[in-house]
Amino acid sequence: MFPAELKYTKSHEYVKIEGNTGVFGISQYAVDQVKDIVYIELPKAGTELRAGSPFGSLESVKAVFELMAPLSGKVTAVNEAINASPEAVTKNPYVDGWMVKVELSNPAEADKLMNSADYQKHVETEGHH
Amino acid sequence: MNIPYLPHTDEDIRRMLEVAGVSSLDKLFSDIPDSISYKGRIKLPSKVSEAELRKELSLLSLKNKNADEYVSFLGGGIYDHYIPSVVKHLAGRSEFYTSYTPYQAETSQGLLQIYFEYQTMICELTKMDVSNASMYDGATALAEAALMAYNTNGRKKVLLTGVFSPETIEVVRTYTKNSGITVETVAVVDGVTDLNSLKEKCTEETACVLVQQPNFFGCLEDVFEIEKLTHVCGALFIVSVDPLSLGLVVPPGDYNADIVVGEGQGLGNEMNFGGPLLGFFAAKKEFVRRMPGRIIGETVDKDGKRAFTLTLQTREQHIRREKATSNICSNEALCATSATIYLAWLGREGVREVAKTCASNAHYAAQLITKNPNYKLKFSAPFFKEFVIETNQSTEVINKALLFNKILNLIDLGRYFPDLKDCLLICVTEKRTTQEIEQLAEVLGGVK
Amino acid sequence: MELIFEKTKEGRKAYTLPEPAKCEPGVPDKYLRRNLTNLPEVSELQIVRHYTNLSKRNIGVDGNFYPLGSCTMKYNPKVNEDIAALPGFAKLHPLQKEEDVQGALKVMYELEDMLKEVSGMDAVTLQPAAGAHGEFTGLLIARAYHNSKGRTPTKVVVPDTSHGTNPSSAHIAGYHVVTVKSKDGNMDIEDLKAHLNEDTAVFMITNPNTLGLFEKNIEEIAKLVHDAGALMYMDGANFNAIMGVTRPGDFGVDIMHFNLHKTFATPHGGGGPGSGPVGVKGHLAEFLPVPVVRKKGETYSLDSNLPKSIGKVKAFYGNFSIMLRAYCYLRMIGCEGIRKVSEMAVLNANYMKELLKKHYNLPYDKICKHEFVLSINTFKESGVRALDIAKRLLDYGYHPPTIYFPLIVDEAFMLEPTETEDKETLDLFVETLIRIKQEIQDSPDTVKNAPLNTPVKRLDEVTAARNPVLKYEKKR
Ligand SMILES: Cc1ncc(COP(=O)(O)O)c(C=O)c1O
Repeated sequence: MFPAELKYTKSHEYVKIEGNTGVFGISQYAVDQVKDIVYIELPKAGTELRAGSPFGSLESVKAVFELMAPLSGKVTAVNEAINASPEAVTKNPYVDGWMVKVELSNPAEADKLMNSADYQKHVETEGHH
Repeated sequence: MNIPYLPHTDEDIRRMLEVAGVSSLDKLFSDIPDSISYKGRIKLPSKVSEAELRKELSLLSLKNKNADEYVSFLGGGIYDHYIPSVVKHLAGRSEFYTSYTPYQAETSQGLLQIYFEYQTMICELTKMDVSNASMYDGATALAEAALMAYNTNGRKKVLLTGVFSPETIEVVRTYTKNSGITVETVAVVDGVTDLNSLKEKCTEETACVLVQQPNFFGCLEDVFEIEKLTHVCGALFIVSVDPLSLGLVVPPGDYNADIVVGEGQGLGNEMNFGGPLLGFFAAKKEFVRRMPGRIIGETVDKDGKRAFTLTLQTREQHIRREKATSNICSNEALCATSATIYLAWLGREGVREVAKTCASNAHYAAQLITKNPNYKLKFSAPFFKEFVIETNQSTEVINKALLFNKILNLIDLGRYFPDLKDCLLICVTEKRTTQEIEQLAEVLGGVK
Repeated sequence: MELIFEKTKEGRKAYTLPEPAKCEPGVPDKYLRRNLTNLPEVSELQIVRHYTNLSKRNIGVDGNFYPLGSCTMKYNPKVNEDIAALPGFAKLHPLQKEEDVQGALKVMYELEDMLKEVSGMDAVTLQPAAGAHGEFTGLLIARAYHNSKGRTPTKVVVPDTSHGTNPSSAHIAGYHVVTVKSKDGNMDIEDLKAHLNEDTAVFMITNPNTLGLFEKNIEEIAKLVHDAGALMYMDGANFNAIMGVTRPGDFGVDIMHFNLHKTFATPHGGGGPGSGPVGVKGHLAEFLPVPVVRKKGETYSLDSNLPKSIGKVKAFYGNFSIMLRAYCYLRMIGCEGIRKVSEMAVLNANYMKELLKKHYNLPYDKICKHEFVLSINTFKESGVRALDIAKRLLDYGYHPPTIYFPLIVDEAFMLEPTETEDKETLDLFVETLIRIKQEIQDSPDTVKNAPLNTPVKRLDEVTAARNPVLKYEKKR
């Protein structure tokens, strides 16, 4: 089950919206797909992000996965701790494994994202091919 | 008819065609439209036997004047250093030279460990944190370093300071111009960087400053000042070095270089008419994920035994494709293997001794040659194993006289630099005996 | 095994050096290195033992069958090594006078001629050091060509089966990369049409493609590409399949690279050096890198006076000693052998394919060229993957095929036997793969835990990438 208080993208990022701030990360499903995360590249604070555009990447030993911004805005904080130990993302992507905090420039974009139930369905269909 | 290296008997061919379900060899190509199949016979020379080939090529090789038979004072990036016999005997083991890139780590521990040792040795010489497992040559390594700087800080100007070989500059230009990068040069006075010009040209738009130490004229650049001027602008400081000089000369890691590259042919590899060569590439740790080329890391196997493997592969083309840090795939691995064995042979003391010997020999040659009033040192900067002499004699006549005395031509700088038309570049390695140096001076002195 | 650094004993030496001239080294104090390096201190015999023992922890073509798809691991003739070691070739400085290196220039000139003849291209440069380097060179030539026509197209189109170097080379040549799909193992012509337009600079094809299949619609493809104003580039990695049978210059290719370290039998060296000459059609010859080798009467020279040249992609003239080996190889097989080489390469591949398809999934069941691709996706129940079979092959003394490439085949397993292998070797290898299939049924864990007989077992690559240890550091 995916936490109900979050919104999700098709590419498996989540956003937790707290007022004008969005906290971005990746879902448990994405974590399971990548398996062993070896490296995470995140933007610097101050970077402007656009919804649907890459804001960083995740690497396993032999693959790279781009991270897509769920919403637009400016990065205000970056979780440096996960760079030193990517295991934090693997263990708990929703709490210790958050990636960036973003001052949202257009919170209304969130209407286009999936809620946890829809995301659950999305994941199930994706898993079937 | 016997075609070498093909093991098939007629009987083999017949049975294999049968299994393949194809009636003739031609039918194996039935998927190639008739309109484009080649009807004639390829016009190559007729095949020769091994004995004939060897004879013909041996004779052909005699049409070249080689550095065993002639004495060489040629340098400019490619050097006639001595190659100890162990290098060829060990690097020539077929488990090494007939293998591919060590993608299957379990049966490639030999090479993986050698490349790991190589990386360590390059880091030892340069005093940098990390090294890759080789590039095509020093020139492309430098070009890739410039691209890496651009990809790191997004700035679009590359500044070449001091003196590079014209070959190298052209390669850097070819590599960078397609990314919208401009390459600028800095004025040179008395054979080295004009620091005022550098100060003027290095700005917030400069991605990196490239310097060669010692430079193409053999002169030592004031890398300490160049470093300051570079980093003040926030540009990356990229140094190209002669690796053997580092036995004696201060390593770039000691003066805060960000990336260090160079030509490693002199480390146990033949000159081979200019190729293959050995590009090396080292950097500060923080840049490791932006580096081009293969990198080997130490790890353990599942029993906890020490083992080596290709690592940080997500940088590379086979994974990241158009977003890779470089397109390099095959590199110059065997040359790196030779370099490793050579450096093990020299060891801690030997690498200093060989550098000192080169420097002593070169300074001796410079003193001796300039005793004759027809020759003087062109530049006043200190040098390592190469130096430029200016002469009032014809360089062409000089080179003819040298050849007559079984000494190969000297590099005529007028060929590249219009204002150095009476100048020659002389390189003296540890291989040159005192007698050979004296003979060079004598022949030069005798030219009228 | 211990590293050479761990065998160090202070004061031990292997080197001998001539006496220096009686003169100070003359490097001022400011420029002197302060501390010695930590290079090893070992004896010559220790070095010999160390690297000999390391060689025993490595395999090459000389000792083991090496059907590594896309890499053409054919036998590397020994005579070529001997000739390349002749002082008259090995001990030449690139800045010697042209008249003193006529033999070397002749080799280059004649090799260019031979490559032109087998490919149907009109001009060749030998400067690039490897395949990827050739791609980069070829794309710069294309750029220079378009610019000379006043055009600045921005895209390079590659098939989804292409090698990683293709898009990567396009990127550093300053192009955007567009990928088109395959259909039934060949180019999807409709998808190609959809992506070709006036903004396309180059279409890069590999023919035969990386599935080992000849692009039978190559003429139509060439026409589409040319009608769009683009050039057709061919990655010649798979040239070993078609020599003497068809020529890229005759099926519409404008630019191609050769891999001397694949097709022309030069050793791979444990990852290099290679050599990646580029051939072009006449309309592109003026853009080749400088210098080019010329011949006048019986005299050879180097010509740098090409105003439209792309410049230089490498110092000097390319990997000469690799060219020399390829030259020797071509002289040995001659006009009589060139087609035979490809015939036998293709025969070996089809023979193995037919034997193996009864036991493994062959997604494209048709005549192949010099290689073919199996899909190891029929063992999902036991969880055995392409990687596992590859590792198990190591236990039987084989270098495994290429795995997980091309990307469009699930669990790809790409076999290229090459023409220098005999039937008995292929038979034994096929038997081994059949035996491994039995093992998967009987004891899948044996396969999943393989290799068991190698110097080390499977490695912890995750830790290697997470916390990279990239050099030896002396323990203090
Ligand atoms: C199809 C193909 N293209 C390009 C390359 C790159 O060639 P190189 O390693 O010589 O740069 C390879 C090498 O494996 C290949 O298989």
